[in-house]
Amino acid sequence: MSATPYNFAYLDEQTKREIRRALLKALAIPGHQVPFASREMPLARGWGTGGMQVTAAVIGRDDVLKVIDQGADDTTNAVSIRQFFTRVAGVRTTTRTEEATIIQTRHRIPETPLRPGQIMVYQVPQPEPLWRLEPSRAETRRLHALAEYGIMHVKLYEDIARHGRITLAYDYPVLVHGRYVMAPSPIPAFDNPKLHRSPAIHLFGAGREKRLYAVPPHTDVVSLAFEDHPFRPWKADAACMLCGATDSYLDEILIDDRGTRRFICSDTDWCERRRAKGKAA
Amino acid sequence: MSDPAIVVEGLAKTFTLHLQGGVRLPVLRDLSLAVFPGECLALVGPSGAGKSTLLRALYGTYLPHGGRILVRHHGELIDIASADPRRILAIRRDTVGYVSQFLRVIPRVPARAIVAEPLVHRGESEQAALRAADAMLARLNLPERLWHLPPATFSGGEQQRVNLARGFIAPYPIMLIDEPTASLDAVNADIALSFIEEARVRGAAIVGIFHDPAVRRRVATREFALAPLAEAA
Amino acid sequence: MTDAPLLSVHDLSVRFGALAAVDGVSFDLWPGEVLAIVGESGSGKTTLLRAIHGFLRPTAGSIRYRSDRFGEVELTVLDEPRRRLLARTEWGFVHQNPRDGLRLSHSAGANVGERLMAAGARHWGNIRAQALVWLDRVEIDQARIDDLPRTFSGGMQQRLQIARVLVINPRLVLMDEPTGGLDVSVQARLLDLIRRLVAELGLSVIVVTHDLGVARLLAQRILVMQRGRVVEAGLTDQVLDDPQHPYSQLLVSSVLAA
Repeated sequence: MSATPYNFAYLDEQTKREIRRALLKALAIPGHQVPFASREMPLARGWGTGGMQVTAAVIGRDDVLKVIDQGADDTTNAVSIRQFFTRVAGVRTTTRTEEATIIQTRHRIPETPLRPGQIMVYQVPQPEPLWRLEPSRAETRRLHALAEYGIMHVKLYEDIARHGRITLAYDYPVLVHGRYVMAPSPIPAFDNPKLHRSPAIHLFGAGREKRLYAVPPHTDVVSLAFEDHPFRPWKADAACMLCGATDSYLDEILIDDRGTRRFICSDTDWCERRRAKGKAA
Repeated sequence: MSDPAIVVEGLAKTFTLHLQGGVRLPVLRDLSLAVFPGECLALVGPSGAGKSTLLRALYGTYLPHGGRILVRHHGELIDIASADPRRILAIRRDTVGYVSQFLRVIPRVPARAIVAEPLVHRGESEQAALRAADAMLARLNLPERLWHLPPATFSGGEQQRVNLARGFIAPYPIMLIDEPTASLDAVNADIALSFIEEARVRGAAIVGIFHDPAVRRRVATREFALAPLAEAA
Repeated sequence: MTDAPLLSVHDLSVRFGALAAVDGVSFDLWPGEVLAIVGESGSGKTTLLRAIHGFLRPTAGSIRYRSDRFGEVELTVLDEPRRRLLARTEWGFVHQNPRDGLRLSHSAGANVGERLMAAGARHWGNIRAQALVWLDRVEIDQARIDDLPRTFSGGMQQRLQIARVLVINPRLVLMDEPTGGLDVSVQARLLDLIRRLVAELGLSVIVVTHDLGVARLLAQRILVMQRGRVVEAGLTDQVLDDPQHPYSQLLVSSVLAA
């Protein structure tokens, strides 16, 4: 039980109810951005307050929470958010993907396949996929309403013109349920296919921008591309120096003063599990 | 005699100058005439008698205030004075050609394209039209190096030859001609007049203004005299 | 020529409070026809053009358009999704200021290609090829396809805007003072370009201009507008050489040689 004077999971019940209502609407209209009254959280906006509010609204006493930042469970942001919910909700936390019922994330979807019943909560800095292309909020709403997404391909077109291929590596726009173009948050494009027909629930919270959106289970999520330049997410052509994996998303690290580069799994939990099973490099 | 190509009945034209306090200048009143295929009618009369006004009224540029201007267009007599603009444009494309005194230069368009344009409007292929244009320009002795240049910088005589080539490139059943030889030397004036003769011989009904009596004697088959109207009140 | 107008404007009015910017205007536009609307600034001609395109709502009257995909539609009551679909696939609007019609922070090729992508094109190579063809048609060096329009001269920007408008092969093009902000020498080139493309593509065009020379060069017919009303309409040479209405006579007499 919580030892603090705060309400369970920090937010008051009325606020949580409002957020849940917005989330239900978001789930009913996959990929559509739903406005919500984003609250002050004990953290600067832009550091995951949207994700924290979503987690606070959906978490129950029996939930098991995992928090990852850049794929890792042990970064400052992940640790402080995990500690926060331990204090204000008293829930169990874990670093194991398969044990978690709620996974709040920044920048990654775990390598371990998600299962039905799990909820992914994404921290979203910019929920509007059209924001660099169309400055007017009113106009982007109209473009979404009318499914006018030609402009979305402009950026991809220019990428190919400049580099010969699509170099957009993260926050790669997707078409959800054949209807709304959605920013998948700054996850690598490598993770986009994990959203496609995922059995889990995916909830996205943008605290500063006051928007929520969602992808319900088993929903089509297709990365935008051209017929002659199909979606091909970039991945380092290397193996993890710790577990030897070649099919996971790798982080590049410098291991000495001479600029020697090595690659390790970005998903620390997944990498540890592989090593525990004796799959060391 | 065959059916007339042009029938003018009771034509009246008055210019009202609103900027000069509404002064009214009557130029044509109760004018009637008919022109038949194979005829070349020369309009004669002193300056201010309304020769150019009549020519422009026949082309639909000036709006008459009374009477009718019937032209035979695809076998049917149509009143230019009351036809809607699209009909007049069709008549200009297929039936009535106008050879003005001066070439209206279009920036950057080469001479041969200006000449070919009436044929292109009639649906001929651009290639065929340009070939015909080259032939016309060659007949008028326009140096070949000029064909591909826009005529803006041409001399008056060169521009007028481009104008004539354009005016005569299509076999209009009716041709309106305003001072065709004004700025031409004798050799090219002679060629211009032979264009008029050829058009008449193939059966065109021609109405023209020719100030030079010798020119008139050569091409006109009939004259029509106009006189200035007395000033109206 | 076909026997039905592409666009029929009937008794159209646009009011801003007590001001009737457009007051009971009627006209037809036929396929393949270029119609010029002339008048001084404040005569309502640009407001009329914007009302036709749907940038603003008329107060009264009707605008019937013969659409390729929807048949005949009444634009004043057409729902927004369909109106915008028409704007994407059948219409083009050339703004006086190219900055209003271009994305200045995206490349020339993207500006042309966007209209194709908006209409559903998803083959990069084809989009690229069409953009190159159109840059060439508007006389922009193909090597500049990946340059930003803000590095272009005013005349080039306007030509790029025209390429962007025409690349989808629109049936109806509305032009608002297309040569307005340009130097005279640049205007001539642009006008000739427009004239040629209009003829080659058989476009139906309404061009709003205060420049009678532009009207003379491009249009078969002219409407003269004054204080929101059409005071005279007719063939271009008839209106310019034998204007009937006092205001038309004033306009024509104010020009050195139209």
